[in-house]
Amino acid sequence: MTEHISVLLIIIPLIAAPLMVIVNNTRFSWLVSLAVTAVCTYLSFVLMTDIQGGSEVHYAMGGWAPPWGIAYLIDPLNALVTFIVCLIALTTMIFARKSVDREIEAHAAPLFYAAFLLCFLGLVGICLTGDIFNMFVFLEISSLASYALIGMGKNRRALTASFHYLILGTLGATFFLLGIGMLLAATGTLNMQDLTGLLPAIENRPLLHTAFALIVVGLALKAAIFPLHLWLPNAYTYAPSTVSIFLSATSTKVALYALIRCLYDVFSFDYMLDSWLPQALLFIGTVAVIYGSWLAIGQNEVKKMLAYSSVAQIGYIVIGIGLLSDDGLRASLLHIFNHALMKGMLFMVAGVLVYRLNSTHYQSISGMGKRMPITFGAFIIGALSLIGVPGTVGFVSKWNLAQAALAQQQWMVVVVLLVGSLMAVIYCWKLIEVLYFQPASKSRISKVEQGGDSVARMPVGMIIAMWGLALLCIFFGFNTEMTLQGAQIAVDALYSARGITP
Amino acid sequence: MMTFIAGHISYWLIICLMMVGLYTLMSCSNLLKKIAGLSVFQTGAILFYVSLGKIDGGTIPIIAEGYSLYSNPLPQVLMLTAIVVGVATTALGFALIVRIREAYSSIEEDEIITMDRQDD
Repeated sequence: MTEHISVLLIIIPLIAAPLMVIVNNTRFSWLVSLAVTAVCTYLSFVLMTDIQGGSEVHYAMGGWAPPWGIAYLIDPLNALVTFIVCLIALTTMIFARKSVDREIEAHAAPLFYAAFLLCFLGLVGICLTGDIFNMFVFLEISSLASYALIGMGKNRRALTASFHYLILGTLGATFFLLGIGMLLAATGTLNMQDLTGLLPAIENRPLLHTAFALIVVGLALKAAIFPLHLWLPNAYTYAPSTVSIFLSATSTKVALYALIRCLYDVFSFDYMLDSWLPQALLFIGTVAVIYGSWLAIGQNEVKKMLAYSSVAQIGYIVIGIGLLSDDGLRASLLHIFNHALMKGMLFMVAGVLVYRLNSTHYQSISGMGKRMPITFGAFIIGALSLIGVPGTVGFVSKWNLAQAALAQQQWMVVVVLLVGSLMAVIYCWKLIEVLYFQPASKSRISKVEQGGDSVARMPVGMIIAMWGLALLCIFFGFNTEMTLQGAQIAVDALYSARGITP
Repeated sequence: MMTFIAGHISYWLIICLMMVGLYTLMSCSNLLKKIAGLSVFQTGAILFYVSLGKIDGGTIPIIAEGYSLYSNPLPQVLMLTAIVVGVATTALGFALIVRIREAYSSIEEDEIITMDRQDD
């Protein structure tokens, strides 16, 4: 059964998406998306527990044995990332109903859900596949769907943001494609396991180094690693709330997973050690943390602030990858999971603001803290987690990252971690001050269509999704064993596949 | 040196093509021309794959008597997928341009940026 789960995770959304387009009914589409994401979350959880129990899944698509056919190879690493994607998709769908009704025009709503499922399917596909060209195809499926989703934002800037992302995303994907082509030229195979075995014997080092560079740059563009992050802030700010939640929590994370897979699994460590990439990643990561946090401080719009904070948080993950140790990688994986939880939740808060107040500008939400205690209670948990206060998930991953850095005596990284956290305090405090210590502005509220001069009521789905993630943030902040173990197993599997004992 | 250039002539041409595409993409402020540049850039990558599969004197990869040398069909098959992706990207880009023109009544990037600045 476990074997077939790996392919079911892709097939179920693939069948559901066109079905929704044919039926063309908003309520139906939402129900189907909810059901599909729920089933996928369950399946991926079963898959993850099975895999962490020690089994490994090789699924040959259509019965064609690898390396000729497309193989799906599931190890603890991609099982974990798949579960994250499914979980976030499920909570996003619970959140989505009212938010989509408000923000997407009625005739486009069924198409919106269809595109959402396609994006979800692409991201899951990237995680599950063991074939590097297949990975490119799924990367493009998810990217194309997300361009369309971002373009559905109400503000006209959503269109330019989406166009900008389309250009940069396609450039990145084409670089990735070229890199794959060079690997194919060098080895004649596209199967990642096969590549791992064949690459060390290849004599033509310049070709491989070029392939390596192209793949890293291409994926870095998709993952919005500084300085290739330029598409991210506008795309997240002007996209519909539902899309911001889903993309911020998953799409960059999945691209980072692909990067980890290529760096640690496809290419051996020698390629990284030969090159100056580890140092470059450390440097880029530290700059990203400072730069992202600095710009987040300057923003006066919730979504934009969160988007720049994402740039900073991706920096932490990149630092973990650049440390080139099992501890560093573990911290990165933890942060991928934890950041997905907290950033998803924070963008949900922004989504609630759009729904109830029709604005996320600091001016128009001033003094709202006491009137919307449920929403901003969740926001405060998320903010504490971004800062890294003990008892929240943010602390767990930052603590692990700091330990990994200390083990290698990278003092610079430790300092940057502290400075980044302090800057997070500033940008979160700036919003909290606006919310709780400034007089309420009533003028803007009247613009909301429903609810007259008071704020609109909060739909139950939004409360469940938002507080579900908020409670998970705290739960995994205290119960670190589950996530730590999951990440540790994933790292061990990655190392042992290469015959190296960590 | 000459043999190095002549022997890899297809790669040199592909590099030129990709650079032309990239330059168009960066230098033109007209959004349609940007998409055109992007397409040229992608075509470069596609030609790169196709030229990988070519073998001197090789024939089409169908087993027949009298032929022993075949071109590699795999890169071309892969490129079918990449072409589909390219078409989808271009179509989506054009759709976005149509909507951008409806919203801004312009498809020049610099004008759009000025309009966005005025909104702030």
